[in-house]
Amino acid sequence: MVKTTIQKRERLILGNRACAEGAIAAGCRFFAGYPITPSTEIAEVLAWELPKVGGKFIQMEDEIASLAAVIGASVAGVKSMTATSGPGFSLMQEHIGYAFMAEVPCVIVNVQRGGPSTGLPTKIAQADTMQARWGTHGDYHAIALAPSSVAECFHFTIRAFNLSEKYRTPVIVLTDEVVGHMREKVTFPESSEIKIINRMKPTVHPGWYQHFEVNPHFVSPMASFGEGYRYNITGLTHNPDGFPTARPVAIKEKLDKLKNKITHNVNDIVEIREEFMEDAHIAVFAYGIVARAARQAVHMAREKRIKAGLIQPLTVWPFPDVYMEHMLEQLDLVIVAELNQGQLIREVMRVNTGKTRVRGLNRYDSELITPDQIFQKIREEK
Amino acid sequence: MALLSKVTHQYLRTKKQFPNVWCAGCGIGTIMGAIIRAIDGLKLPQDDVVMVSGIGCSSRMPVYVDFNTLHATHGRPLAFATGVKLAQPNLKVIIITGDGDALAIGGNHFIHACRRNIDLTTILINNSTYGMTGGQVAPTTPFMKIGTTAPYGNRERSFDIAKLAIAAGAPFVARGTVYHMVQLRKLVEEAIQKKGFSLVEVISHCHTLYGRLNKEGGAIEMLKWQKEHAIPISAAGKVPPEKLRGKFLTGVLWDIDFPEYCEEYDKVMAEAQGKM
Amino acid sequence: MVFAGTVLAEAIGVEDGKNVCQTQSYGPEARGGASRSDLVVSSGEIYYPKPLKLDLLLALTQEACDTYFPALKEDGVLIVDSGLVDQLPDHKVHGFPFTQIARDQIGTSMVANIIALGAIAALTKIVSRKGLLEAIKKRAPKGTEERNLKAAQLGFELTQRKKRARKKR
Repeated sequence: MVKTTIQKRERLILGNRACAEGAIAAGCRFFAGYPITPSTEIAEVLAWELPKVGGKFIQMEDEIASLAAVIGASVAGVKSMTATSGPGFSLMQEHIGYAFMAEVPCVIVNVQRGGPSTGLPTKIAQADTMQARWGTHGDYHAIALAPSSVAECFHFTIRAFNLSEKYRTPVIVLTDEVVGHMREKVTFPESSEIKIINRMKPTVHPGWYQHFEVNPHFVSPMASFGEGYRYNITGLTHNPDGFPTARPVAIKEKLDKLKNKITHNVNDIVEIREEFMEDAHIAVFAYGIVARAARQAVHMAREKRIKAGLIQPLTVWPFPDVYMEHMLEQLDLVIVAELNQGQLIREVMRVNTGKTRVRGLNRYDSELITPDQIFQKIREEK
Repeated sequence: MALLSKVTHQYLRTKKQFPNVWCAGCGIGTIMGAIIRAIDGLKLPQDDVVMVSGIGCSSRMPVYVDFNTLHATHGRPLAFATGVKLAQPNLKVIIITGDGDALAIGGNHFIHACRRNIDLTTILINNSTYGMTGGQVAPTTPFMKIGTTAPYGNRERSFDIAKLAIAAGAPFVARGTVYHMVQLRKLVEEAIQKKGFSLVEVISHCHTLYGRLNKEGGAIEMLKWQKEHAIPISAAGKVPPEKLRGKFLTGVLWDIDFPEYCEEYDKVMAEAQGKM
Repeated sequence: MVFAGTVLAEAIGVEDGKNVCQTQSYGPEARGGASRSDLVVSSGEIYYPKPLKLDLLLALTQEACDTYFPALKEDGVLIVDSGLVDQLPDHKVHGFPFTQIARDQIGTSMVANIIALGAIAALTKIVSRKGLLEAIKKRAPKGTEERNLKAAQLGFELTQRKKRARKKR
């Protein structure tokens, strides 16, 4: 059982706990989930902490029900989230699609483990990278943030809520077994230093309110159930007023809105960390925990006078197409290091015009990619 | 009748959402009327009523009524409703679900909602088949009846919904029919007023598919069947056992008290905040 | 093992003020099974979160000793539970019967790892004694603080006794 209260600014804490505390700091007041290794500590912490701040915690019968309850609570006006790992993330895909279609803000933490199927409950992988982007049926545009440290677990969970509220869309925090179960010292900000974004509320008379209003920002103001705006939400393709439609024009309008609210805001959503990229000829492209090995590897390379740098996408989705096209123009070689058989490399290759060599460094035996492996790869390929 | 429809009319999204998807003679419209009159009778403000449904013919109901409405995914309205109710316990949350929705794909959510005892009112409309997808066999299709996916007759046992709910822990279980619409309104009223999880199973008919496949006649014949086979639980003791065979009981079948989850969670919060 | 790793990380990180990164490896069992706790310590920023070459290895089983000894640096420190590890890979080993002492002097083998932490504090400069005691106070489950503090003290004294014994010889 996980205990203790949130206090003191500098603490040694577990990555999963940092996610839970980040959620509370962001204003999350509802959690529904189902136990699954290696994410369970997030649920355990919130079962203790949420009632202390007037929030609610419930353990549901499965992950499908968990995300359903999260969506229900969010529609009722409460910031909500769930946390899971691979098998549970697979079950949640149905309602990730619903949240996207019905434009319901919510946060889903996926502490990645090895797969497919039950796979490796206590071991790491980054093999849900593409599932986070394409997991549910239909066209959809995901936002996924990828922390690589315990401090980032805290901050990225807050940011996940902010983006989710700002764009009325589900946001995935794509962490992993090592980050989730790692303890590091974190210096916590004062609550006044934390930026919080809340969903935009309607200002119009209920008679004029459209829950899915089409406007130039692609994001509609959101009333909660019980506030006097009696609207309908549905997973069926719908008109701006929320009622089902089968008109081709209305269908396209809806799907364009869902797409545009992400693609038109890539610059606001995407964050990238660079190291030594000012003069680099070689870049290691890696996210999450692997980026830490990559960072050490490029330092090793620099000691040997190899002009290597690091590109660490802090936001895995949406993919930074324009940024990467620009970077690839200047690079001879990109090594994409990831704990899977080659997922994110497809995106790098997609935006590559053919000028730059793109090589994968993959590991999927439950062990981390080491700095030395990356350094050797840089030496071999340069 | 004119007076009845006048009441109902105030609660319908008449401007936009009609005509509805239901077949002429379908029982769901009658059930919708009974639910609306129950809500009207209890004087619940429309802003405080949330109607959540799954997928299927019956689950289209929320689209037509002027409440806070959530048309969820197939089989999962109870899970969505759980989140709504916990987030805003002051709202009255009513779930509209069908037999396929609640008992096949949503069977797990159903038994856990019964067990968990959150103050939700579930109206389960049982027409013994999948109507929207075209008359397939359901977990409620009686033994040897025909469905499009059981062309040689259904060889499985069907669920006894009320017994299932009682066994799973639901504190309030009732059964009504489309034919007995005055009784149905009363049952819905009682169910809404019950503190805790309440279930009203409504025996309905799908003459378009189930009735045709099983040669049970049209809507009128099937309504007559309901009339002839329903025995009020109050009268059950006076009827000889051989006459009960093949019939079903209606009325409040089960009504016990058990601590309601939201109220219990208030205690959890008080304890966590050191107020106790 | 994970608890000991956490206490050590807390002592070095929060009490002694260095940067730490503690990770672990374990099987799906809730209890039993092999388990390992890794700790990286640095005065600067820690990039890669797992240790590559070990400065210190604490092995409480023969299997752990055999598996991880090759990762120990040439001048690294090896500490073993001498009651459980009898085949030593090296002669420069600090061996103490932690489990035996825990059972005999405190009445439970649960605190063997904390006695070992006490020994680490006494034998190396990696953690301060004060930091370790503070970390134990903070991290020990309610009701076990005294027992764990006593275990750490036993660890401190254990090595002193051994050192003194060496001098006499």
